[in-house]
Amino acid sequence: MSARSQAHSAGRAADTEAPNQMTTHSGHRGLQMEEPLIFEMGSTGRTGVDLPPVPKVANKLGGLARQGDIGLPALSEPQVVRHYVRVSQKNYAIDAGLYPLGSCTMKHNPRLNEKVARLPGFSDVHPLQPQSTVQGALEVIDTVAHWLTTLTGLPGVAMSPAAGAHGELTGMMAIRAAHEARGEARKRILVPDSAHGTNPATAVLCGYAVDPVPSLPNGRIDLEALKAKLDDDVAAIMLTNPNTCGLFENQIIEVAEAIHAVGAYFYCDGANFNAIVGKVRPGDLGIDVMHLNLHKTFSTPHGGGGPGSGPVVMSAELTPFAPLPYVVKGPEGLRLVETEADQAAAGDGGQAYGRMRSFHGQMGMFVRALAYMMSHGADGLRLVAEDSVLNANYVLARLQDVMTPAYPGPCMHEVLFDDSFLKDTGVTTLDFAKAMIDEGFHPMTVYFPLIVHGAMLTEPTESESKESMDVFIDTLRGLAADAKAGDAARFTGAPFLAPRRRLDETQAARKPRLRWTPEAPAEAAE
Amino acid sequence: MRYLPHTAEDRRAMLQVIGVDKVDDLFVDVPRSAVLDDLVDLPHHAGELAVDRALTAMAGKNTPAGSVPFFVGAGAYRHHVPAAVDHLIQRSEFLTAYTPYQPEISQGTLQVLFEFQTQVALLTGMEVANASMYDGATACAEAVLMANRVTRRRRAVLSGGLHPQYRSVVETQSKFLDGEIVAGAPDAQGDEDLASLIDDETACVVVQNPTFFGHLRDLRDLAATCHAKGALLVVAVGEAVSLGAVTPPGAMGADIVVAEGQSLGNALNFGGPYLGLFAAREKFVRQMPGRLCGETVDIEGRRGYVLTLSTREQHIRREKSTSNICTNSGLCSLAFTIHLSLLGEDGFKHLAALNHARACETAERLAAIPGVEVLNESFFNEFTVRLSKPAAEVVDGLATKGVLAGVPVSRLLPGAGLDDLMLVATTETTEAEDIAALGEALEGVLS
Amino acid sequence: MSDVRFTKDHEWIRVEGDTATVGISEYAQEQLGDVVFVELPTVGADVEAGGDAAVVESVKAASEVYAPIAGKIVEVNDDLEATPGLVNESAEDEGWFWRMEISDTDELEELMSAGDYKAFLEGLD
Repeated sequence: MSARSQAHSAGRAADTEAPNQMTTHSGHRGLQMEEPLIFEMGSTGRTGVDLPPVPKVANKLGGLARQGDIGLPALSEPQVVRHYVRVSQKNYAIDAGLYPLGSCTMKHNPRLNEKVARLPGFSDVHPLQPQSTVQGALEVIDTVAHWLTTLTGLPGVAMSPAAGAHGELTGMMAIRAAHEARGEARKRILVPDSAHGTNPATAVLCGYAVDPVPSLPNGRIDLEALKAKLDDDVAAIMLTNPNTCGLFENQIIEVAEAIHAVGAYFYCDGANFNAIVGKVRPGDLGIDVMHLNLHKTFSTPHGGGGPGSGPVVMSAELTPFAPLPYVVKGPEGLRLVETEADQAAAGDGGQAYGRMRSFHGQMGMFVRALAYMMSHGADGLRLVAEDSVLNANYVLARLQDVMTPAYPGPCMHEVLFDDSFLKDTGVTTLDFAKAMIDEGFHPMTVYFPLIVHGAMLTEPTESESKESMDVFIDTLRGLAADAKAGDAARFTGAPFLAPRRRLDETQAARKPRLRWTPEAPAEAAE
Repeated sequence: MRYLPHTAEDRRAMLQVIGVDKVDDLFVDVPRSAVLDDLVDLPHHAGELAVDRALTAMAGKNTPAGSVPFFVGAGAYRHHVPAAVDHLIQRSEFLTAYTPYQPEISQGTLQVLFEFQTQVALLTGMEVANASMYDGATACAEAVLMANRVTRRRRAVLSGGLHPQYRSVVETQSKFLDGEIVAGAPDAQGDEDLASLIDDETACVVVQNPTFFGHLRDLRDLAATCHAKGALLVVAVGEAVSLGAVTPPGAMGADIVVAEGQSLGNALNFGGPYLGLFAAREKFVRQMPGRLCGETVDIEGRRGYVLTLSTREQHIRREKSTSNICTNSGLCSLAFTIHLSLLGEDGFKHLAALNHARACETAERLAAIPGVEVLNESFFNEFTVRLSKPAAEVVDGLATKGVLAGVPVSRLLPGAGLDDLMLVATTETTEAEDIAALGEALEGVLS
Repeated sequence: MSDVRFTKDHEWIRVEGDTATVGISEYAQEQLGDVVFVELPTVGADVEAGGDAAVVESVKAASEVYAPIAGKIVEVNDDLEATPGLVNESAEDEGWFWRMEISDTDELEELMSAGDYKAFLEGLD
């Protein structure tokens, strides 16, 4: 039996009673409301939208008019607004507190971004309007592309991917297309054992086999082990730099040279670009292709799970294989190359391998990212990298005597701890994370990367003030002391104070209930 | 700078605690040759006013849909989004929250996802839906991969009524996985018969309803043919509002339904971010891509929600996952959920009826113009016209006169011999004056 | 007489004549945590020694289960569909995964006896 991740018992929290068990008639507790599902609230005859009457015309639905009820609840605007406001109050958010999630880069989401994204000239524009009517939109795409290529030192960029993983897929497909164009059918991708799960998943989606490369005790990729695996069947390596342990791959130039020597390409996962933006250019390190996460480094909001944007910068060799569409400058202004016919007519030597999504890209995120880039500028972005690295090292310096860093410092923009400091306390990484919730903090990334036991990957980002970090650090110091003092119950029963205690994920997986149904009553049966 | 809290004193104090003299000492692992001495060649930082002005100037070079008579569709539709939607999605707790991996402090996001999944299942007539994909086209490609997993076959038959970009995305993905694609010719008349293309090697048949050309088809016979051969029927829906007026794919035998959800809650945004909907039969749930939110209880017995069936996904299953998708379209799905909650049962049906009525009025007006032939017997809010001049020229010409008349089919299907066809879309935002303006403008250019 | 053997990947195999029953060990189920789903092999399929045969999922992990020796699947434990928790409650008995026809009992000699497996586990920590 293989172990695919570290098992830990999420659902067996000690059933210790929470403090303050006063009951109320309404079920609400002060400002914390218990809010039902929208389906449990609405009756018929209400609406939150007033629409003009439907003109009487003969319908042309070809006999396929929808019959019967859809089953949607009916509510007025005040009810809907109150419902979603109450529901929102159960969420932690960057605006509410430090979010130390490693490799997620939970920096402040500027509100200027939101304002400009909503200008009608950006939001109320259709992707298929005549191109003469959307020159400003194409200018945004072209400008963001220019900032990204300049910051990374790679000349080409595919702007269309909708998220980081989508960008990975785009970059890896370009690699495969490039090899096939020269008649090579390479089958293997080298991936470090510390990689994010999207990397091997992406490789397989491109029809490759994944060959894992071990890491050294110092947290970097094992260059010698890597070299031993290199042959002309290797299509590429997928490396994250800085890596998922929060460390810069100090032998990265040697890695690039070894990869290139066998005719393979160097894919870099750019999730951690925040540590080096404006200070180091991936192109100078020998990287051929790299995706960027606009929702990480460039401040576009995480939105509870997206939307993101994952543009992919490419070397001169790979750029011709970038997918459709892309923006080009012509005598009449900017225009999109959208189809193979357009590309043939453009005569730019492009051999796009295909298309990754409908329309052109995450325009709404480009506008936000551009506002951010222009606000910071070249000088500000360099400071972003420096402050993000400074902050993570400050956290490391002030915690290293009570928690156990997985690797000796310095780190880059994130610091990785393991669970050695919790040995013999009866407290796991998971328990420690849940106790942080009671303290008003979202936990750091836990159990990733897989190569470190009980990993705790902590990234404060440059948005955090020293005061904010001091409160965070002092809290963790306190928790570490409590664990060592033997107060396991405050961890194993945590969280006590959040809108919900620990949830039964086993039941959710064994008996999946993925939607509300009218027959099933509100209480989950057990 | 306004987004960077540290003062020089803060930085000094922190460096001292760390035990280094300068921040560059923390970059010691970076090869010296790679650390830039100078700033990159980009403008320096700018205040909010300057950035606002620069971006407003760029926005000013675009023609907003709301400023002219507007009939552009082909997979993205201009609807009116109630003010409350945009206001609510900008609440900090929604906008700046992360993926709900710590469910105890993410019940906001999770409850909304559960409501969203339920809405998508209800609208499509299916049993289970996921927490969203990037857009309709990528959802369609994922559906084909899922059908391959479920049937253990490799061949997908694509209708000639499928949006050309959806087809292109499916072909691109399948190319790298040695999938086989059999595509029907573009079906402008809406009368293709795919039955002869379906056999025991077929994993799925992918159709769109309404089709790219606007036709509405009864899919029951096709579903039966597919099932008799052990193939799955995948139905794509390019305009989510159509589900308020048209028999849903789930009631016609679909096994997987994918859709573009942009029409509800989300602005046109020049093509993104959009919202992929993905729904399927419950028996296939473990083969579904994307995140799933499930109901459960906490240790005090209170109902709550968690991400579940995560072992399908990349962060656990890695190279054996169902997809590599991680970040999807969270905030867009929230907007969809809120908009649909405001509409409610009657409001949604009313909205759909309005969309259809405007299209009927427009079709009637255009059919009366010499040089315009309406090809559709049936449609929802978009139909195809044949013009007596190349459609691309007509569209460009009308744009200079301040009318955005529709999408020339040649833009998405160049070289297919369909240069005289144009797609015309209407929504509840279409006014009588817009229809009159379009009619007049077409008369002028075609006479 | 049935003879239980163990693999280094924590599968057990109990041979009775020409057939063998396979499952995962008590140690394995403890490491996994609550089992939520088991993907069983297809009846009639041939498996190689060390080849992928099944997948066992907990909330946070999915693990391959390998065939200890080569054979042909003749039966799978359908109870695991409704009650995957059987793997936790009774890993080495009622939580069995599949039965298979085997041909080469020599392959068994390379596997560990119960005593050897116990010693192997002690060496793991």
